Amino acid sequence: MNRGECRHLLLHLYRARGIARRYFITNGFDGALTMLGLLAGFYTSGTASLFVAVTACMGAAVALFMSGISSAYLSESAERQKELQELEQAVLVDLEDSDYGQASRYVPVLVALVNGLSPLLLSLVIISPLYFSQHGGTLPFSHFSVAIVLALAVIFLLGMFLGRVSRTFWLWSGLRALAVALVTLMIILFFSSGR
Amino acid sequence: MATIKKLVLDVLKPHQPNALEFAITLAEQGADYRVHLAVTEMDEKTESTVLVITGNDIEFKRIDETIRRMGASLHSIDEVEVHGGRPDDRSTTVSS
Repeated sequence: MNRGECRHLLLHLYRARGIARRYFITNGFDGALTMLGLLAGFYTSGTASLFVAVTACMGAAVALFMSGISSAYLSESAERQKELQELEQAVLVDLEDSDYGQASRYVPVLVALVNGLSPLLLSLVIISPLYFSQHGGTLPFSHFSVAIVLALAVIFLLGMFLGRVSRTFWLWSGLRALAVALVTLMIILFFSSGR
Repeated sequence: MATIKKLVLDVLKPHQPNALEFAITLAEQGADYRVHLAVTEMDEKTESTVLVITGNDIEFKRIDETIRRMGASLHSIDEVEVHGGRPDDRSTTVSS
Protein backbone atom coordinates (compact mmCIF):
# COMPACT_ATOMS: atom_id res chain seq x y z
CA MET A 1 0.00 0.00 0.00
CA ASN A 2 1.59 3.32 -1.05
CA ARG A 3 1.40 6.60 0.88
CA GLY A 4 -1.59 7.95 -1.06
CA GLU A 5 -3.63 4.75 -0.62
CA CYS A 6 -2.74 4.64 3.06
CA ARG A 7 -3.76 8.29 3.51
CA HIS A 8 -7.18 7.73 1.94
CA LEU A 9 -7.81 4.66 4.05
CA LEU A 10 -6.77 6.60 7.15
CA LEU A 11 -9.16 9.38 6.11
CA HIS A 12 -12.01 6.86 5.98
CA LEU A 13 -11.00 5.54 9.39
CA TYR A 14 -10.71 9.11 10.69
CA ARG A 15 -14.23 9.83 9.50
CA ALA A 16 -15.43 6.82 11.51
CA ARG A 17 -14.12 8.37 14.72
CA GLY A 18 -17.59 9.77 15.56
CA ILE A 19 -19.06 6.27 15.52
CA ALA A 20 -16.16 4.88 17.55
CA ARG A 21 -16.52 7.68 20.10
CA ARG A 22 -20.24 6.99 20.44
CA TYR A 23 -19.58 3.27 20.97
CA PHE A 24 -16.80 4.04 23.46
CA ILE A 25 -19.10 6.18 25.60
CA THR A 26 -22.20 3.96 25.29
CA ASN A 27 -20.49 0.68 26.10
CA GLY A 28 -18.03 2.28 28.54
CA PHE A 29 -21.01 3.63 30.46
CA ASP A 30 -22.60 0.18 30.30
CA GLY A 31 -19.46 -1.43 31.68
CA ALA A 32 -18.98 1.11 34.48
CA LEU A 33 -22.64 0.91 35.57
CA THR A 34 -22.58 -2.90 35.49
CA MET A 35 -19.51 -2.91 37.72
CA LEU A 36 -21.13 -0.37 40.02
CA GLY A 37 -24.22 -2.58 40.29
CA LEU A 38 -22.17 -5.69 41.02
CA LEU A 39 -19.99 -3.93 43.59
CA ALA A 40 -23.00 -2.38 45.32
CA GLY A 41 -24.64 -5.81 45.46
CA PHE A 42 -21.53 -7.43 46.95
CA TYR A 43 -21.08 -4.55 49.38
CA THR A 44 -24.64 -4.70 50.72
CA SER A 45 -24.72 -8.51 50.88
CA GLY A 46 -21.67 -8.39 53.14
CA THR A 47 -21.07 -12.08 52.64
CA ALA A 48 -19.22 -12.31 49.36
CA SER A 49 -15.54 -13.17 49.54
CA LEU A 50 -13.03 -11.10 47.65
CA PHE A 51 -12.27 -14.04 45.36
CA VAL A 52 -15.96 -14.45 44.44
CA ALA A 53 -16.36 -10.70 43.83
CA VAL A 54 -13.27 -10.47 41.61
CA THR A 55 -14.28 -13.58 39.64
CA ALA A 56 -17.86 -12.35 39.16
CA CYS A 57 -16.73 -8.87 38.09
CA MET A 58 -14.14 -10.32 35.70
CA GLY A 59 -16.78 -12.65 34.26
CA ALA A 60 -19.10 -9.71 33.65
CA ALA A 61 -16.25 -7.65 32.13
CA VAL A 62 -15.29 -10.43 29.73
CA ALA A 63 -18.95 -10.95 28.78
CA LEU A 64 -19.30 -7.21 28.10
CA PHE A 65 -16.11 -7.34 26.00
CA MET A 66 -17.35 -10.26 23.90
CA SER A 67 -20.83 -8.79 23.56
CA GLY A 68 -19.36 -5.38 22.60
CA ILE A 69 -17.00 -6.82 19.99
CA SER A 70 -19.49 -9.15 18.34
CA SER A 71 -22.53 -6.85 18.35
CA ALA A 72 -20.62 -3.83 17.00
CA TYR A 73 -18.82 -5.89 14.36
CA LEU A 74 -22.00 -7.54 13.09
CA SER A 75 -24.08 -4.36 13.02
CA GLU A 76 -21.33 -2.12 11.66
CA SER A 77 -20.22 -4.52 8.92
CA ALA A 78 -23.84 -4.96 7.83
CA GLU A 79 -24.27 -1.15 7.69
CA ARG A 80 -21.00 -0.69 5.78
CA GLN A 81 -21.90 -3.43 3.32
CA LYS A 82 -25.25 -1.79 2.67
CA GLU A 83 -23.61 1.62 2.14
CA LEU A 84 -21.04 0.07 -0.21
CA GLN A 85 -23.71 -1.63 -2.28
CA GLU A 86 -25.72 1.60 -2.53
CA LEU A 87 -22.63 3.50 -3.64
CA GLU A 88 -21.77 0.77 -6.16
CA GLN A 89 -25.23 1.14 -7.66
CA ALA A 90 -24.76 4.92 -7.84
CA VAL A 91 -21.33 4.93 -9.52
CA LEU A 92 -21.91 1.65 -11.42
CA VAL A 93 -18.51 0.13 -10.60
CA ASP A 94 -17.29 -2.63 -8.31
CA LEU A 95 -15.83 -0.88 -5.26
CA GLU A 96 -14.44 -3.97 -3.45
CA ASP A 97 -10.81 -2.97 -4.17
CA SER A 98 -11.35 0.76 -3.68
CA ASP A 99 -10.68 2.72 -0.49
CA TYR A 100 -14.41 2.40 0.22
CA GLY A 101 -14.21 -1.37 -0.02
CA GLN A 102 -11.18 -1.48 2.28
CA ALA A 103 -12.80 0.91 4.74
CA SER A 104 -15.94 -1.24 4.81
CA ARG A 105 -13.70 -4.10 6.00
CA TYR A 106 -11.45 -2.18 8.43
CA VAL A 107 -13.92 0.26 10.04
CA PRO A 108 -16.15 -2.48 11.58
CA VAL A 109 -13.04 -4.10 13.12
CA LEU A 110 -11.89 -0.77 14.57
CA VAL A 111 -15.34 0.11 15.90
CA ALA A 112 -15.80 -3.41 17.34
CA LEU A 113 -12.47 -3.17 19.17
CA VAL A 114 -13.44 0.18 20.68
CA ASN A 115 -16.87 -1.14 21.64
CA GLY A 116 -15.42 -4.26 23.25
CA LEU A 117 -12.35 -2.76 24.91
CA SER A 118 -14.05 0.26 26.47
CA PRO A 119 -16.18 -1.72 29.00
CA LEU A 120 -13.36 -4.22 29.60
CA LEU A 121 -10.69 -1.61 30.36
CA LEU A 122 -13.00 0.59 32.43
CA SER A 123 -14.15 -2.49 34.38
CA LEU A 124 -10.53 -3.46 35.05
CA VAL A 125 -9.84 0.04 36.37
CA ILE A 126 -12.92 -0.09 38.61
CA ILE A 127 -12.15 -3.49 40.11
CA SER A 128 -8.44 -2.74 40.53
CA PRO A 129 -8.87 -2.05 44.32
CA LEU A 130 -10.29 -5.58 44.71
CA TYR A 131 -7.25 -7.02 42.93
CA PHE A 132 -5.00 -4.88 45.05
CA SER A 133 -6.59 -6.23 48.24
CA GLN A 134 -6.62 -9.78 46.93
CA HIS A 135 -2.88 -9.61 46.41
CA GLY A 136 -2.16 -8.41 49.92
CA GLY A 137 -2.43 -4.64 49.45
CA THR A 138 -4.01 -2.51 52.18
CA LEU A 139 -6.43 0.32 51.54
CA PRO A 140 -7.54 3.10 53.92
CA PHE A 141 -11.20 2.08 53.41
CA SER A 142 -12.96 -1.16 52.51
CA HIS A 143 -11.99 -2.36 49.02
CA PHE A 144 -15.66 -2.36 47.95
CA SER A 145 -16.09 1.30 49.01
CA VAL A 146 -12.93 2.33 47.14
CA ALA A 147 -14.06 0.43 44.03
CA ILE A 148 -17.53 2.02 44.19
CA VAL A 149 -16.00 5.52 44.47
CA LEU A 150 -13.71 4.65 41.56
CA ALA A 151 -16.75 3.55 39.50
CA LEU A 152 -18.50 6.85 40.27
CA ALA A 153 -15.32 8.74 39.29
CA VAL A 154 -15.08 6.82 35.99
CA ILE A 155 -18.74 7.60 35.22
CA PHE A 156 -18.16 11.27 36.05
CA LEU A 157 -15.15 11.31 33.70
CA LEU A 158 -17.22 9.71 30.93
CA GLY A 159 -19.79 12.48 31.43
CA MET A 160 -17.04 15.08 31.28
CA PHE A 161 -15.79 13.54 28.04
CA LEU A 162 -19.33 13.78 26.64
CA GLY A 163 -19.39 17.45 27.64
CA ARG A 164 -16.17 18.08 25.75
CA VAL A 165 -17.55 16.29 22.67
CA SER A 166 -20.79 18.29 22.70
CA ARG A 167 -18.88 21.47 23.68
CA THR A 168 -21.11 22.04 26.71
CA PHE A 169 -19.99 22.82 30.27
CA TRP A 170 -17.90 19.79 31.33
CA LEU A 171 -18.86 19.96 35.02
CA TRP A 172 -22.60 19.96 34.30
CA SER A 173 -22.22 17.06 31.88
CA GLY A 174 -20.10 15.12 34.38
CA LEU A 175 -22.57 15.75 37.20
CA ARG A 176 -25.46 14.59 35.02
CA ALA A 177 -23.72 11.26 34.37
CA LEU A 178 -22.87 11.01 38.06
CA ALA A 179 -26.53 11.61 38.95
CA VAL A 180 -27.52 8.58 36.80
CA ALA A 181 -24.96 6.46 38.64
CA LEU A 182 -26.14 7.69 42.06
CA VAL A 183 -29.78 6.95 41.20
CA THR A 184 -28.73 3.43 40.14
CA LEU A 185 -26.81 3.02 43.38
CA MET A 186 -29.80 4.20 45.43
CA ILE A 187 -32.16 1.77 43.67
CA ILE A 188 -29.78 -1.12 44.39
CA LEU A 189 -29.36 -0.06 48.02
CA PHE A 190 -33.13 0.36 48.39
CA PHE A 191 -33.85 -3.16 47.15
CA SER A 192 -30.97 -4.64 49.14
CA SER A 193 -32.17 -3.02 52.38
CA GLY A 194 -35.73 -4.29 51.75
CA ARG A 195 -34.68 -7.93 51.80
CA MET B 1 6.83 6.91 -28.16
CA ALA B 2 3.89 9.30 -27.90
CA THR B 3 3.37 11.12 -24.63
CA ILE B 4 0.07 12.36 -23.22
CA LYS B 5 0.14 16.07 -22.41
CA LYS B 6 -3.49 16.75 -21.59
CA LEU B 7 -6.58 14.74 -20.65
CA VAL B 8 -10.15 15.92 -20.20
CA LEU B 9 -12.14 13.26 -18.37
CA ASP B 10 -15.77 12.92 -17.39
CA VAL B 11 -15.72 11.28 -13.97
CA LEU B 12 -18.54 10.27 -11.62
CA LYS B 13 -17.30 10.35 -8.04
CA PRO B 14 -18.80 9.83 -4.56
CA HIS B 15 -18.97 12.90 -2.28
CA GLN B 16 -16.00 11.57 -0.32
CA PRO B 17 -13.15 12.16 -0.98
CA ASN B 18 -14.18 15.74 -1.67
CA ALA B 19 -13.14 17.64 -4.81
CA LEU B 20 -9.98 19.02 -3.21
CA GLU B 21 -8.73 15.68 -1.85
CA PHE B 22 -9.64 14.01 -5.15
CA ALA B 23 -7.71 16.57 -7.23
CA ILE B 24 -4.70 16.55 -4.88
CA THR B 25 -4.45 12.74 -5.03
CA LEU B 26 -4.53 12.81 -8.83
CA ALA B 27 -1.97 15.63 -8.98
CA GLU B 28 0.35 13.59 -6.74
CA GLN B 29 0.52 10.82 -9.34
CA GLY B 30 3.11 12.76 -11.34
CA ALA B 31 5.81 15.28 -10.52
CA ASP B 32 4.46 17.95 -12.87
CA TYR B 33 0.74 17.11 -13.09
CA ARG B 34 -1.69 20.00 -13.00
CA VAL B 35 -5.28 19.09 -12.23
CA HIS B 36 -8.35 21.22 -12.74
CA LEU B 37 -11.60 19.76 -11.42
CA ALA B 38 -15.06 21.19 -12.01
CA VAL B 39 -18.20 19.72 -10.42
CA THR B 40 -20.90 19.87 -13.07
CA GLU B 41 -23.74 18.04 -11.30
CA MET B 42 -24.53 17.01 -7.76
CA ASP B 43 -26.63 14.01 -6.78
CA GLU B 44 -27.63 12.42 -3.46
CA LYS B 45 -24.60 10.10 -3.39
CA THR B 46 -22.45 11.21 -6.30
CA GLU B 47 -21.15 14.21 -8.20
CA SER B 48 -20.32 14.47 -11.88
CA THR B 49 -17.02 16.14 -12.53
CA VAL B 50 -14.90 17.25 -15.45
CA LEU B 51 -11.20 16.72 -14.85
CA VAL B 52 -8.53 18.48 -16.85
CA ILE B 53 -5.10 16.97 -16.27
CA THR B 54 -2.00 18.43 -17.86
CA GLY B 55 1.56 17.23 -17.56
CA ASN B 56 4.68 16.44 -19.51
CA ASP B 57 4.06 12.69 -19.65
CA ILE B 58 0.72 11.64 -18.16
CA GLU B 59 0.38 7.97 -17.24
CA PHE B 60 -3.23 7.27 -18.15
CA LYS B 61 -3.26 3.81 -16.54
CA ARG B 62 -2.13 5.23 -13.24
CA ILE B 63 -4.73 8.02 -13.39
CA ASP B 64 -7.47 5.48 -14.17
CA GLU B 65 -6.39 3.23 -11.28
CA THR B 66 -6.29 6.17 -8.87
CA ILE B 67 -9.76 7.26 -9.94
CA ARG B 68 -11.11 3.72 -9.35
CA ARG B 69 -9.29 3.39 -6.04
CA MET B 70 -11.07 6.51 -4.77
CA GLY B 71 -14.42 4.90 -5.61
CA ALA B 72 -15.08 6.92 -8.76
CA SER B 73 -15.76 5.78 -12.30
CA LEU B 74 -14.40 7.14 -15.54
CA HIS B 75 -17.36 7.81 -17.85
CA SER B 76 -15.56 9.12 -20.88
CA ILE B 77 -12.37 10.61 -22.21
CA ASP B 78 -13.60 13.87 -23.70
CA GLU B 79 -10.38 15.42 -24.90
CA VAL B 80 -6.75 14.39 -25.24
CA GLU B 81 -3.55 16.03 -26.31
CA VAL B 82 -0.79 13.68 -27.34
CA HIS B 83 2.70 14.54 -28.53
CA GLY B 84 4.65 12.19 -30.77
CA GLY B 85 8.07 11.03 -29.63
CA ARG B 86 10.04 12.34 -32.65
CA PRO B 87 12.34 15.40 -32.53
CA ASP B 88 9.87 17.50 -34.58
CA ASP B 89 7.41 16.95 -31.65
CA ARG B 90 4.13 16.84 -33.56
CA SER B 91 1.05 17.68 -31.55
CA THR B 92 -2.48 16.27 -31.93
CA THR B 93 -5.60 17.50 -30.21
CA VAL B 94 -8.86 15.52 -30.39
CA SER B 95 -12.16 16.78 -29.04
CA SER B 96 -15.33 14.70 -28.64
